[in-house]
Amino acid sequence: MDLVYLSFILILSIFLGFELIQKVPATLHTPLMSGANAISGITLVGALIGAGGQGSTLTVVLGTMAVAFATINVVGGYLVTDRMLAMFKKKTTEK
Amino acid sequence: MSTTMLINLSYTVAAVLFIFGLKYLGSPATARRGNAISALGMLLAVVVTLLDQAIIDYRWILLGVLIGTAVGAFAARLVAMTAMPEMVALFNGFGGIASLMVGWVALAQPRLSSFILLTIFLSILIGGVTFTGSLVAWGKLSEKLPGRPILFHGQRLVNGALLLANFACGAMFVLHPEQHLWLYLAVALSSILGVMTVIPIGGADMPVIISLLNSYSGLAACAAGFAINNNILIVAGSLVGASGIILTNIMCKAMNRTLGNVLFSGFGAVDEAGGKIEGEVTALSAEDAYYVLEAAQSVVVIPGYGMAVAQAQHVVKELQQILEKNGCEVIYAIHPVAGRMPGHMNVLLAEADVPYDLLLEMDDINPRMEAFDVAIVIGANDVVNPAARETPGSPIYGMPIINADYARTVFVLKRSMASGFAGLDNPLFYRKNARMIFGDAKETLGRLVREFSN
Repeated sequence: MDLVYLSFILILSIFLGFELIQKVPATLHTPLMSGANAISGITLVGALIGAGGQGSTLTVVLGTMAVAFATINVVGGYLVTDRMLAMFKKKTTEK
Repeated sequence: MSTTMLINLSYTVAAVLFIFGLKYLGSPATARRGNAISALGMLLAVVVTLLDQAIIDYRWILLGVLIGTAVGAFAARLVAMTAMPEMVALFNGFGGIASLMVGWVALAQPRLSSFILLTIFLSILIGGVTFTGSLVAWGKLSEKLPGRPILFHGQRLVNGALLLANFACGAMFVLHPEQHLWLYLAVALSSILGVMTVIPIGGADMPVIISLLNSYSGLAACAAGFAINNNILIVAGSLVGASGIILTNIMCKAMNRTLGNVLFSGFGAVDEAGGKIEGEVTALSAEDAYYVLEAAQSVVVIPGYGMAVAQAQHVVKELQQILEKNGCEVIYAIHPVAGRMPGHMNVLLAEADVPYDLLLEMDDINPRMEAFDVAIVIGANDVVNPAARETPGSPIYGMPIINADYARTVFVLKRSMASGFAGLDNPLFYRKNARMIFGDAKETLGRLVREFSN
């Protein structure tokens, strides 16, 4: 049942993703990409359980490294996207 | 309410925040807020995960988070806007390796069904390809590796065999999870596959491969989500996967090539097909160009990767302001694959404070091209190559281009007569209305600006 339910989520999210992204104008493609990239750092959530669990040394080491890498992805990704977006300005109304 | 329920409810909220975040990214006016909303979703997902009862020790998490935050924040602050493509590639790779490791850790779970084993294998495969592929892309973009395609005889055969070996290894991994050999082999093979996939890709095809790797990093997170039975990973991962696929598609269309063609054939293998180009190249000094620009009523600027290399975006903006003061209309025409990643030119011009509503896409500018007095091509080549329109034998024939040659006069700012990435001669340079201004784009533009102030 879990499998069916997770696949259901998967399919719906993919369709939703297509719908959402299709509307993004070309001018925002770089921030979109780095913003989406930051979202893919969600794997951090999975890494936390590995790093904090009661597994073997190997799983804790792998988990901790995964946490570090995913955090770079998340923190760096969001900050850099914000920095880019802060630069986008509309032309001020007629001078 | 149990903790599990609280966590899952919060994940739902986080998913909604991601969705709204992406939605708001659809317009420049709301994009910054969208990014903040998405970051809030991430924070929520991470914080509630810490409540999970499976987590008993927070020291290692703290260590990992501290290191990651320090490195990430530092890199994000310091990176130059021109270096953005390689930064994104690198972050992307880190997401990939994290998913690979999450998959590996998931192997320690009790009671692994074949399906879970398959998804673990997939997160290792996709994560590994994303990691090494992104590292190679990073190397190429930052010019630590040669940017040209690296090709060798029998490359397709080798890559095909590698892919088969990966699948075979996957099958053994699922059937015999107790033998660690298959796990290590899966990690090694996927890493090699990532390198082999990206080395034949040349510089100008980078926008496609960056988009594709972006999609992979989402899919890797998605596979890891199945492996540890976590729905937020699946939702967020597939949103990113879909977004990357769409960008890949847009980039491929803008080059009139299929994804398979980009991945499997190093570009430029088909040359000498274009035939002879008639006419002569006419060079022009910056001083003479000034007289033309001074009289111009409308100017369209067409930037390419060369503008990024020369860091010329700020001086372009200066020239724009001077021309506007002179009563001239200035518009920018942006080709979808100009630069090294989707939207690369837009970010650079935004950095130089050029308002985004002056930046027009190819389809909006082409019908108006005849009306422009001057088109200034800055470090762009293939995206304005009329051979794409006129020479059926040309490898880029059929690729949509910006019709710079239709403007009354075309200035081409270029270092030398060396051909573009595609290794093709550009008939535009030989047109009667084309004038070459040789030299560093930044210097040339600076000279033009000085001529105006004299």
